[in-house]
Amino acid sequence: MSTQQAEPDTQEAPEDPAMKGAESPAAEKQKGGDMVDERDESQAEFDGETVHIKVFRYDPEVAEKQEPRFDDFHVPFEKGMTVLDSVMYARDEYDSSLTFRHSCRQAVCGSDAFFVNGKQRLGCKTQISDLEQPIRIEPLPHQEVVKDLVVDMDHFYDQMHAVEPYFKSEDTPDASKLEEQRQSRENREKVKMSTRCIWCASCMSSCNIAAGDNEYLGPAAINKAYKFAMDDREEEDIKEHRLRILEQEHGVWRCQTQFSCTEVCPKDIPLTEHIQELKREAVKKNLKFW
Amino acid sequence: MSQSYNRGLVEDFGRWKEFSAGMWAWIFHKFTGWILIGYLFTHISVLSTSLGAAGNEAAIMNEADIYTTTLQGLESLFLIRLLEIGLLAVAVFHILNGLRLLMVDLGVGLEAQDKSFYASLVLTGAITVASVPTFLTGVGL
Repeated sequence: MSTQQAEPDTQEAPEDPAMKGAESPAAEKQKGGDMVDERDESQAEFDGETVHIKVFRYDPEVAEKQEPRFDDFHVPFEKGMTVLDSVMYARDEYDSSLTFRHSCRQAVCGSDAFFVNGKQRLGCKTQISDLEQPIRIEPLPHQEVVKDLVVDMDHFYDQMHAVEPYFKSEDTPDASKLEEQRQSRENREKVKMSTRCIWCASCMSSCNIAAGDNEYLGPAAINKAYKFAMDDREEEDIKEHRLRILEQEHGVWRCQTQFSCTEVCPKDIPLTEHIQELKREAVKKNLKFW
Repeated sequence: MSQSYNRGLVEDFGRWKEFSAGMWAWIFHKFTGWILIGYLFTHISVLSTSLGAAGNEAAIMNEADIYTTTLQGLESLFLIRLLEIGLLAVAVFHILNGLRLLMVDLGVGLEAQDKSFYASLVLTGAITVASVPTFLTGVGL
């Protein structure tokens, strides 16, 4: 605990930018000889704009953090700074125990979805300059918090796997001929947006229905199913099998078109549109005129 | 990981200030739907208990039958007039948003769903305001 610099004093950056240097002398000393220069540099940074972030803290294994709270950090602003940059700065400079997932920093890996100022957003894709300060950064709602900004994603992954998210065609071409299974341009265009999903779980977290009905597949899983159900290369009976999964009680019909998922999707996937289309497909499959 | 923290439902309706158009449309649609169902039952109970004069031509001609007196009594109350305006607003919104949802279900204009929600709100407001003179004439405070 003591090595984590997690005492209340060091967690909070001072309101006054000029006090930064005085605030963590221990950390400065560790840096060694070129300390003075660095200090001047950071001083210069702090003369500029700072960003005030309030970060959700919780850790069941640390006594002071068992009761969830918000910590304030003041980080120096840089042009083009993202929410992820700001929490990374806070972690690197102020409190190394600040925990969150991140990886690629370019909105591809989908690991840094946070609840920022009341909306699910990708930390690496959200510009600080677009937000009102202080910026509240919380873990995704409707998923249990493991620690700080880290949530339990197991349920989300379970739902994603429940729709059998893999291509399965009955007549695979002869392997010896090394043939490709080509998709038509039109068909590719149709599923294009649905392929963009990065499994960040923002949509699932924003969905009011998914929050109340734990078994609801959720927008991401349905979107994933859409990608395969609309794929022309799969046979008719496979498509029917997919629709059978989707039209169950906790499938597409749970969607009540609140558009929350479409609103928050960082990859701009028209989730509600895809769900609605699958609803119509499911109805068409079941309608019989005789 | 010894345990995890469940924040309960606070993210739902505790965050109403951050709701977007589609969410508000959903809430209003449910809300107006329930009001209309409630009204339906009150309506049935008022009508079915006011039919005592059925067949009594003379009373009806004199406007002295239970049905007429009940309705006249209700209509003389300012509160009832206000509630009528409210009922109209609720019904108009439910109809307009219902049409919006029909379009959504048909997959038409989903990218403009927020605009169609605002449009149905504005139209509801306009129709309600326009109805005020009709509902409030001939009633004393």
